[in-house]
Amino acid sequence: MAPADTTTRVQLETAVALVPGEASAPRSPPMTAAGPVAWLRANLFSSWLSTAVTLLLIYLIARWTIGFVEWAFVNAIWEVPNNQTQACRELKGIGACWAVVTEKHRFILFGTYPYEEHWRPALVILLFVALYVVSAMRRFWRKELVTVWAGALTLIGILMWGGNTAPGLLPQPWEQLLALALLLGAGFAYVRGWIGMVWPTAALVYALLAWVGPVLDMPYVSQERWGGLPITLILATFGLAFAFPLSILVALGRRSSLPAIKTLCVLYVELIRGVPLISLLFMASVMFPLFLPEGMNIDKLLRAQIAIILFAGAYLAEVVRGGLQALPKGQYEAADALGLTYWQKTGLIVLPQALRLVIPPLVNTFIGFFKDTSLVLIIGIFDLLTAGKTAIVEPAWQGFGVEVYVFVGVIYFMFCFAMSRYSQNLEAELNRHRRR
Amino acid sequence: MFGTIRALGATVLTLAGVAAVLLPSAARAQQQPAPAAAPAANTVEAIRSRGTLLCGVNTGLAGFSAPDAQGQYRGFDVDFCHAVAAALLGDPGKVRFVRTTTQNRFTALQSGEVDILSRNTTWSFSRDTALGFDFPAITFYDGQGFMVRADSGVTRGSELNGATVCVQPGTTTEQNLADWARANSIQIQPVVIERLEEVTGAFFAGRCDVFTTDISGLAATRAAQGPRGEQYRILEDVISKEPLGPVVRQGDPRFRDIVAWTHFAMVAAEEFGITQQNVEQMAQNDPRPEVQRLLGRTGELGQMLGLPNDWAVKVIKAVGNYGEAFQRNLGPLGIQRGPNRLWTQGGLQYAPPFR
Repeated sequence: MAPADTTTRVQLETAVALVPGEASAPRSPPMTAAGPVAWLRANLFSSWLSTAVTLLLIYLIARWTIGFVEWAFVNAIWEVPNNQTQACRELKGIGACWAVVTEKHRFILFGTYPYEEHWRPALVILLFVALYVVSAMRRFWRKELVTVWAGALTLIGILMWGGNTAPGLLPQPWEQLLALALLLGAGFAYVRGWIGMVWPTAALVYALLAWVGPVLDMPYVSQERWGGLPITLILATFGLAFAFPLSILVALGRRSSLPAIKTLCVLYVELIRGVPLISLLFMASVMFPLFLPEGMNIDKLLRAQIAIILFAGAYLAEVVRGGLQALPKGQYEAADALGLTYWQKTGLIVLPQALRLVIPPLVNTFIGFFKDTSLVLIIGIFDLLTAGKTAIVEPAWQGFGVEVYVFVGVIYFMFCFAMSRYSQNLEAELNRHRRR
Repeated sequence: MFGTIRALGATVLTLAGVAAVLLPSAARAQQQPAPAAAPAANTVEAIRSRGTLLCGVNTGLAGFSAPDAQGQYRGFDVDFCHAVAAALLGDPGKVRFVRTTTQNRFTALQSGEVDILSRNTTWSFSRDTALGFDFPAITFYDGQGFMVRADSGVTRGSELNGATVCVQPGTTTEQNLADWARANSIQIQPVVIERLEEVTGAFFAGRCDVFTTDISGLAATRAAQGPRGEQYRILEDVISKEPLGPVVRQGDPRFRDIVAWTHFAMVAAEEFGITQQNVEQMAQNDPRPEVQRLLGRTGELGQMLGLPNDWAVKVIKAVGNYGEAFQRNLGPLGIQRGPNRLWTQGGLQYAPPFR
């Protein structure tokens, strides 16, 4: 074999030497050595065993895909006239009955919110998504974002409650004019750099309350009637927006050298982490009202929200603490050597590095909590999942759970997947300096 | 990054500010339902001054209380709240429905979050005494029963010897089944499955011969099968007593009376043949003295309850008589009247005389 080999090579070299024009032109490697075919051969069909496994998997995936497409699209029923589900039942499971989603989608999305007013929670969902998108873009990472959040959350409150959202505060015409004047004044002063951003933000909130509520003049809707996706988004957004700063404080407190603060933080984290979220929600919904004087009542949604904040805070605190501990001691010492105060050191040196390190577990916890909000079903709050479950209680629609769960699952997936992809980008961008 | 952290701090401050502005309205919404004047003492006054009845209902139970596609609660228990609101406030629409779960329903009532629970709650000794509640009336007599395949030929519970029985764990259902089998020396093989969908799925797939739960639940499950439901039969045997009805806080006899007599007015209306359609007409010209008293043409029955004299007319106009409310909500589920027939037809629904 060996001599034959040599001969070939020699011939090749000769060929190259003989054709000067082609010598510099790069030639693509043979199909069998590079490119998709080679990749397939190397990875999927390298031996008879791997070929068999590949073929089997292709068969299974194809079968499953065809089955799913047939169920979800080909044999599916998209609509039935006035709750007559006979057509769906006759399918006997070979096709999806999307009619249940067609019929109930507004209930699943908005729960028991008054039907004619559904545009309000719909707008709230859009506001939330817009808020997420704006907050996610690095180009908007500036102080004014706080004003945007405050304005958007106020607007969300006004839309959800309607009526006179802040009673006794506003509806006089002179107050509306005052609010407008304050907003213009504060905006001008801020642009000129005379005041900080707290004032224009407060003026914006005041102006929104003074103008949007009375102008739109929407009927009041109490929290018992809220439901569906807005509830999930409210619980998750407020939960994480408050829990994250809380968790940073607790994580710092746990590493503090002051024994009282340290003990308090350890106690908080261990107590909360020691019980399941469901029992915290039970405490908030069942035990807590019994401790209050009779006749006094804190809203159920608010109680659940506080329970979620406390719970998420404890978990996030441990994640943040992980980041703090991963930081080399030299960083702390260098900051001390520069003569920075504790808060300067923390804000400028420690947290920026620590938080960057823990983006994956942070987002992991965020996604977990987004889904954990569905546990509020045990205290009778209609979040997205509960609304979906309740939609199929009606006898005509019993037995079409799969379709509803697929629908709800897709909504959850969209939010969680967006979070996950965004965190990957963020991680790559923030840690660019580490890659060499 | 420091800027970001500072912005974060500012966010928290601002959020807290927004919350501080918005919370008074949340608090207001909650103070309305339960004014500081202890609600247990005078529920009627509290409801009147608030202008709405706060009614605790099931989050979703077919036929009894479930939201429709528009998000409106409908069902037998829901209609009862409409009836009480019609009697007390003159308007069946003045009800606010508060969803309660099995776990938080009693707390909701105790803490004043709701005025009345109309939520398929079984009247039992301990709930009536130790928990400090009152059960003014029984609106639905339920009980645990059996469902079998029609082609199995079984017609009586005593023929179930050796059968496999699908049952949900935890609740009294499983205990009742075991007690009943032992008392009747019947050998049965329970198949215990946690979730309702799965237990019914197992039964319809033929994994067990019998499915046991409350009769109303059996009927609803069967009705959900559509035409196929006719292949299944619910046995006559009832092995437990589940009297369901509204619940109120103890210590407020006036409200308790109003709730009880709202139910009795509906039952009596059925007995006298008063319906949603003909109630106005009957109130004008029915010659029977008791009908006249019930509908407020003669006597002062309403005032004795602290209500306007035409309270019963309002109730019947709002939700119809007992039979109508039953048929409208539970009829489509295939639930038979059974023990909920009037006493004149051999059932248990019996209204004390209106005099």
